[in-house]
Amino acid sequence: MTAVAFLGALDLGLIYSLVALGLLVSYRVLNIADMTSDGSFTLGAAVCGILTAGGHPLLGILAGSVAGMLAGVVTGLLQTKLRVQPILAGIITMVGLYSVNLMVMGGRSNITLLRTETLYTLSEGALPLEAGRLLLLCAIAFVVCLGLYSFFQTRLGLCIRATGDNREMVCASGVNPEGAVLVGLALANGLIALSGALLAQYQQFCEITIGTGMVVLGLASLIIGEVLVGGEGLASRLLGAVAGSVLYRILMAAALAADIPAYNLKLVSALLVAAAISIPALREQAAVYQLRKAGGRHADRSESV
Amino acid sequence: MKKIIALATALLLLCTGCSTKTAPSSSQGAQKQKIGVIQLLEHPSLDEVRAAILEELKVQGYDESKVEIQYQSAQNDGTLANSINQKFVGDQVDVIIAIGTSVAQSAAASTGEIPIVFAAVTDPEQAGLLTCLDQPEGNITGTSDAIPVEKIFALADELTPGIQRYGFLYNPGEDNSVVTVEAAKAYLDGKGIDYVEATATNVGEVTQAAQSLTGKEIDAIFVPIDNTVAGAMPNVAQIAIEAELPCYVAADSLVNDGGLATVGVNYTQLGKQTGQMVAKVLAGTPISEIPVEILRENQVVVNPETARALGIDVSQYTEN
Repeated sequence: MTAVAFLGALDLGLIYSLVALGLLVSYRVLNIADMTSDGSFTLGAAVCGILTAGGHPLLGILAGSVAGMLAGVVTGLLQTKLRVQPILAGIITMVGLYSVNLMVMGGRSNITLLRTETLYTLSEGALPLEAGRLLLLCAIAFVVCLGLYSFFQTRLGLCIRATGDNREMVCASGVNPEGAVLVGLALANGLIALSGALLAQYQQFCEITIGTGMVVLGLASLIIGEVLVGGEGLASRLLGAVAGSVLYRILMAAALAADIPAYNLKLVSALLVAAAISIPALREQAAVYQLRKAGGRHADRSESV
Repeated sequence: MKKIIALATALLLLCTGCSTKTAPSSSQGAQKQKIGVIQLLEHPSLDEVRAAILEELKVQGYDESKVEIQYQSAQNDGTLANSINQKFVGDQVDVIIAIGTSVAQSAAASTGEIPIVFAAVTDPEQAGLLTCLDQPEGNITGTSDAIPVEKIFALADELTPGIQRYGFLYNPGEDNSVVTVEAAKAYLDGKGIDYVEATATNVGEVTQAAQSLTGKEIDAIFVPIDNTVAGAMPNVAQIAIEAELPCYVAADSLVNDGGLATVGVNYTQLGKQTGQMVAKVLAGTPISEIPVEILRENQVVVNPETARALGIDVSQYTEN
């Protein structure tokens, strides 16, 4: 693959890593199957798009994240106050957000950000645009990871982690898990919406379908990262989410670089992902095979004595 | 150990062809020009455009010996569209052909140098692709399939006079549909004709939306160039016939799938015009000298079977 395609894959991987990190918070830390992602991603992109088109790129990014947090709070309220099943609560919010997003975009399904000031054009300094963009995205991903790591060491963060591990225990300790759920979902969807905002400015347009498949994408990145980076600690998981997302985009770019017919692309990328994820299992089988072989030789030697 | 393997995998992928290609190496003397074609999704109308573009390129003299054509479909996946355009830019293609609004926007964001020729973008100005249609100021030009709604309604008046209320069926998430419906509403407001609408956000919802329309006391259905409804057009046509409602559409392929009639964009013609523009780009004409073309040649296309089922006389429009 070419350098442009590789750098592009890195850029996109870092942008989507925020989705993986958001899903890390909801699926892994909070242990809630949150389906709001498709909607909150688009919401972040839509709010950011409208504000950026109006000439406020930085405000757009901020407002996009806050909007995502609000979406998370709505899902949280559905779960805690109205006792809606977590998965259904996420789906309800996601479905409702479709209309909200169209409303935010003023009835249009497509906002263009070509030739407007964005975070990336603002950060253009001594470095060429591509290098500057990559550095900026690396910095953002790093700051988010650092922020999450520090947050989960605080009291509130520990409450959230405890709620995800053992909700009954948290109740018994006199802490209200509902607050933890609300904060956790707000954080998760805020990150996902931030990703949407960054993507809208990166590709210079925002469309209503921009968020379709974010749950699948995020989970795939998360699991690839977990499998390849491993480790039980929070730091490993955070690193894994980012690494998984970047690797997933690189695999997609590699699939594109191989000259395969257009309609086979998704099959090839699925196979590549499967191959990447099955490396540990294959390694284990190889180790068992080696053991057996060694055992067999040992048996032969002892027989011939 | 597993980190080493992960690193090795990543490096292996890097080595599979990671190169800063400066110039295409060629054993022959003449270098082939490269074209990157990106299509929004697989869809009869868009496929028709692509086929016509490639055909026209051959007619203009750009066949396999002179050009290398890469075709990728974004499969309606925005994440993929960005990666595909980055690939084309990295491969330093000579021109990018983008079929569909969002893939054209993605291409425009990926490069400001490589010429981009878009096809089937209903409103290029709205999409932000360019501001001056007659003299494109950047690296982008192309063809637009803006729909002449007034001609369609005039045809409707002719074939089934006395329509008091139209029912619009479309996906509000598709910009091309929203633009066309807005134009239609403006026209109908001017004529004092009423309208209602039913929307569907994905192919699965189209049937229910169409059924709900039939219960709203309308005299005719109108479907713009909507990719979502197009996916379920045979169903819609069936429901319309059963409710004895004429279904006026905005694209030929929708008529083929059962719509009654259209004064439509002929996507083969659109593709042909796009192909001619691409040929000009390949020959070296600067983009600023290739204005955006809106298809003006519209032709009436009718579906005789649907007409027969509804008892409408379309003999003057059916060929021989």
